[in-house]
Amino acid sequence: MSTASTANALRAALIAGVSGVIFAAGLALGGMLDPRKVQGFLDVGGIATGRWDPSLAFVMGGALVVALLTFERVRTRETTWLGAPISLPVRRDIDSRLLLGAALFGVGWGLSGYCPGPAIASLLPGSKDVLWFVAAMAVGMVLARLWMRRSEAVE
Amino acid sequence: MHPYLLSFLGGLLIGAAVWLLIMGLGRVAGVSGILAAAINDPRHSLWRIAFLGGLVAGGAWFVREFKLPTVTVAATPTLVVAGLLVGFGTVLAGGCTSGHGVCGLGRRSLRSLVATLTFMATGAATVAIVRAVSGGAQ
Repeated sequence: MSTASTANALRAALIAGVSGVIFAAGLALGGMLDPRKVQGFLDVGGIATGRWDPSLAFVMGGALVVALLTFERVRTRETTWLGAPISLPVRRDIDSRLLLGAALFGVGWGLSGYCPGPAIASLLPGSKDVLWFVAAMAVGMVLARLWMRRSEAVE
Repeated sequence: MHPYLLSFLGGLLIGAAVWLLIMGLGRVAGVSGILAAAINDPRHSLWRIAFLGGLVAGGAWFVREFKLPTVTVAATPTLVVAGLLVGFGTVLAGGCTSGHGVCGLGRRSLRSLVATLTFMATGAATVAIVRAVSGGAQ
């Protein structure tokens, strides 16, 4: 690796690291590191009885306001501050994998109150159970990749 | 400060992290995609490992600073099953709460809207079933 590309890689890692810290701060401030609040949001049966906890909606709302403005800006901008290309997801299809995957993810999310971000951010302060969850999540990701590759080979 | 306002401010910060990663690196801050790619190809994932490291370190730091509770809501075997489902499902769907729920909706992607509505629906159904089975004691 040349000196210039090493410097670029380190600069990118620094920006990504800061982004991860800010992401964690947002999750912490928003109460999303507490899986009870996540389950409290998914507990829509509690809307009528006043038990419902809408915190997650406020977190997603706040994040979405900034995300909408950011991606609006990206539409008229092709490169990053460092001059690198901006790579956005290109898929637009709604296939059975999207539906099945999202459905399975939701079941795991409801059972645990954890989606990937909060689980990873809870790794150090949480109990050993968080480690079990994240390890199982990593295994699930590898299994999904193997399964997708195998079914593509069959097709 | 009202807790919902804190939640909204937390959301703005998450949005700021998304903005920084797009403008600085040209990458979408989808946590499941970043983790899956880092596992699959760690040698070419320096920025991904740095992002995940920031998430881990930041989580530890802010839990201590804000004196946040750290609890889990299910027994270990349930958490393992849940982890497998979350890992398998997010890779299959190509995103999670951040990738589809925040960035995808931020891009006004119909695909991400469908994914988000689907995982919210099955998440809500799961919580309803867990409550019913546990006699609403939870």
